[in-house]
Amino acid sequence: MSNQAFVRREIIEEQTPPLTAFGLVGWLRENLFSNWFNAILTFISLYFIWYVLSGVVPWIFLSVWNAGSLSECREIASATWGGTHGHACWAVINDRWIQLLFGFYPSHLYWRPILAFVLLLISLAPILFTGAPKKIFYLTAVYPFVLPWLMWGGSVWASVSALLGFVVGYAIIRYTSEILGQLAAVILSIIGAVVWWLYIGPLLLSQGLGAILPLALEPVISRYFGGFMLAILIGVVAIGCSLPIGIVLALGRQSDLLILKTISVWFIEFIRGVPLITLLFVASTLLNIFMPPGTNFDIILRVMIMVTLFASAYMAEVIRGGLAALPRGQFEGADSLGLNYWQAQRLIIMPQALKISIPGIVSTFIGVFKDTTLVSIIGLMDPLGLSQGIRANAEWNGIYWELFAFIAFLFFIVCFSMSRYSMYLERKLQTDHR
Amino acid sequence: MATLTAPDRESFKLSMLLYDTRYRSMTIQVIAMIGFVSIVFWLISNTITNLNNLGKPVEFGFLFEPSSYDINQRLVEYNSRDSHLRASFVGVLNTLVVAFLGCITATIIGVFVGIARLSKNWFVSRIMTVYVEAFRNVPVLLWIVLAMAILIEGLPAPKAFRGENATASLNLFDSVALTNRGVYVPEPLFSNGIGDVALFGQSSLRFSVSLDLILIIAVLIASFYVSALIKKRANRIQDATGDRPTTWYLRLGVTVLPIAIVLWMLGFHLGYPELKGFNFKGGTHLRNSLIALWLALSLYTAAFIAEIVRGGILAISRGQTEAAASLGLRPNRIMNLVILPQALRVIIPPLISNYLNLTKNSSLAIAVGYMDVTGTLGGITLNQTGRELECILLLMLVYLTISLSISAVMNWYNNSVKLVER
Repeated sequence: MSNQAFVRREIIEEQTPPLTAFGLVGWLRENLFSNWFNAILTFISLYFIWYVLSGVVPWIFLSVWNAGSLSECREIASATWGGTHGHACWAVINDRWIQLLFGFYPSHLYWRPILAFVLLLISLAPILFTGAPKKIFYLTAVYPFVLPWLMWGGSVWASVSALLGFVVGYAIIRYTSEILGQLAAVILSIIGAVVWWLYIGPLLLSQGLGAILPLALEPVISRYFGGFMLAILIGVVAIGCSLPIGIVLALGRQSDLLILKTISVWFIEFIRGVPLITLLFVASTLLNIFMPPGTNFDIILRVMIMVTLFASAYMAEVIRGGLAALPRGQFEGADSLGLNYWQAQRLIIMPQALKISIPGIVSTFIGVFKDTTLVSIIGLMDPLGLSQGIRANAEWNGIYWELFAFIAFLFFIVCFSMSRYSMYLERKLQTDHR
Repeated sequence: MATLTAPDRESFKLSMLLYDTRYRSMTIQVIAMIGFVSIVFWLISNTITNLNNLGKPVEFGFLFEPSSYDINQRLVEYNSRDSHLRASFVGVLNTLVVAFLGCITATIIGVFVGIARLSKNWFVSRIMTVYVEAFRNVPVLLWIVLAMAILIEGLPAPKAFRGENATASLNLFDSVALTNRGVYVPEPLFSNGIGDVALFGQSSLRFSVSLDLILIIAVLIASFYVSALIKKRANRIQDATGDRPTTWYLRLGVTVLPIAIVLWMLGFHLGYPELKGFNFKGGTHLRNSLIALWLALSLYTAAFIAEIVRGGILAISRGQTEAAASLGLRPNRIMNLVILPQALRVIIPPLISNYLNLTKNSSLAIAVGYMDVTGTLGGITLNQTGRELECILLLMLVYLTISLSISAVMNWYNNSVKLVER
C-alpha cells in the first residue's frame, strides 16, 4: 500500500509565542489596540486623562499652603507662578481643618472625641476581623455607653445606670425563663429594665453614688458639636442601631402574625416613601410636639432618632431580601430539628440571610453615612454646614473647590473603605464552590 | 388491633395563652396591638396638648391665605398674591420637572457609562470606574452645593457679554448664554400658534396647556404608531417569505414629514436670548438652582444606574451570547433579541427604584434655593405660617403619593415580565 506515509521522528522544539501575543506588546494589542475603533477610543481616553491631569495635578501640587485669606492666596500665587488660575489655595484647609473635623468643640477637650474614635476602632475590631482577640468584645459591649459619656460629658453614673438596666433585663431573662417560660420572661425583663431606668437607677446611682463619688467630665452642649465628628457620630449611632431594628422589622414583615406584619409593612413603606429631609424637619420642629409638654430634648439626639428610623426601614428591606432568598427547606429543616422560633432564627436563618444581604447592608451603611450631610439643612454644623460658614467669611469669600475637595476626599475615604471591606467579607464568607 | 383513641380534649387553661403555641401567637399580637395603640394614643394626646398650649389647633385654612412670596422658576403662572396652596402646587410641579429631567439624563449617562465600563479597552473601563466610585462615595448634597458654587462663581456675569471687548460669548452658534444668573436657552415660539387652553378655572390647581404642544405630541405619537405598523408588516412578510422589504425610507418619512409640516404650519421658530440692559431677555431662563440640582442629581444617580446596567448585562451568562451566535445571529441582533430582553428583566426594577431615589433626593433643592415642594410647602410656607405639623404632613403626603405611584408602576412591570414557572 502506501509506504510513503511520513511520520516525524523527533518532536519540534517548543517555540515562544509570537512577540505580539504576550508580554507588554501582547497586552497592549489585546486591551488597547484590538481594532481601529478600540485604538481611537484609546487615543481619546489618553487625551482625556492628560487633559484632566494637566489641570488637576498642578492645581493640587503647585498651591498655596500658608495665607490668611483668599486674596493673600491669590497674591502669593500670582507672585510665584504669574497667575491665580489653576493653583489651589490649601491655606483655607490649613487654617480651618480643625474646625472641619471637630466643629466648635472646646479645643482643650479634643482628646475626648479622639479617644472615642480610637475606642470605636478597637471595639469594632472583633466584629470586623476574626483574628482579633475575643476579649475585646467586652469593650464592644460597653462602648455604646462610653460614647455618649465621652462626647457630651457629665456624670458617668447616667451611663452606668443605662448599662445596668440592660444587665437587669438580661438577668431577669436568664433566671426566670426556666420557671415562667420565654414569653413571660421577656415581658418581665422589659418591665424590669424600664423600672430600673425610670426609678431605681437614677435614685441609686445618679443621686446616691453620684453624690458620694462624683465622676464627671466637663459637659459639652450639642451646639458645639460639628464637623466630621458630628457626621461620624450620627453615622455610627444610626448604623449601629438600624441593624438590630431592621432585623426585627424584617422578621415582623415576614411573620405570620397579622398585626405585627401590618405594623411593620406600614412603617417600612411610610419611611421609604418620604425623603430623609422631611424626617429631619420632623426632628427639628415636630418631635418636641409629640413628647409630653415641657420636654425639650437635644437636637442631635432627635436627629439621631430620625436618621436611625430612616436607616432601619431600608435595612429591613435589605434583610427581607436576604430572608426571601433562603430556600424554604432551611426554615423547614430548622423546624424539624425542633428548634423554636428564636433558636431557628439565631442558629439557622439569620447567619445565612445576613450573609446573603451583606452587599445591601453595607451599601445602606454607606448611604446613611452620606446622608448625615443633610443635617446641615436643618442648621447643624456638619462639614457642609461649616463650609457654608467658611465661605460666608470675609477672608475666604469665593473659595469653593478646595473646601469641597477636602470634604469629598474624607467622605470618599470612609465610604470607599466600607465598600471594599464588604467585598472582602463577601469573599471570605463565600462557602459555595466556584 | 390497635385502637386509636382520640386524645383527651384539654380544657382551656389560662396558662395556655403563654405556653401553647396555638394561642401564644394570639397573645403576642394582642400585646403588640395594645402597646402600639397606647404609644400612638400617647403621641397624639401629647401633640394635642402641646398644640393647644401653643394656641394653634390643627386646621388647614392657612393654605388659602395669600402666600406673599415669589417663586422665580415656575411652569405655571403664579404671583405672590396667590394662595399657599397654589405655591405648593407650583412646588410640586417643580419637583416633578427636576425629577423628570434628572431621570432622563441619568438614564442616558448611566447606560452609556455602564456599557463603557464593560469595554474591552482598558483605559475606557478604568475612567468609568473612577467616575462611578467618585460619585457613589461622596454625598449627593455635596455635589449639588458644589455644582451651584461652580455655576455662581465660575460662570461670567451677564455684563461680561457686553461691549466691544466682551470677555464672554454665547455658546452653540450664539444660542445659549451661560451666565452666573442662570442659563438662557432658545425658546420654541409659534407665530401662528393655536393658543392655550386653561384648565381648572380659577382654582389653585389651574394651569394652561399649549394646544401647539398637544398637537405636536399627537402628531408624533401618530407617526410613531404608523412607523410601528410598517415594521410589523415587514416582520410579517419576512416570516412568510424570508425576505425583508426595505422600509427605512418609509419609516423615516412617516416620522419626519408630518411633524415638519405641522411645525411649518404653526410657524415654529426659536426665540434667542439677547442681552438687554443688565440682563438677558428672550429665550428660556433656567435658573442656576435648577441647573445645579439637575446636573448633580443626574451625575450622582447615573453612577448608580451604571452599576445596575453593568450588573444586568453581566448577569446574562456567556452561554446565551454563544448560543445565539451559533444560531447564526449577527451581533446587533444578539443584543436586541437575546441579551437585552433578559437583561432588562434584571435592570428595570432597581432602575425604577433609583428613579424613586432621585425624586426623593430632589428634595435637597432647598439647599440651593430651587423652589420645589420642599422649598415652598416645607420651607417658606412653613416658616411664614408656623404650621409645622400641617405642612410636614402635607409634604410627606405629596412624596408618599409620588413614591407609591412609582412603586405601583414597578410592581405592574415586575408582574408583567415575571418568568412563568411551573
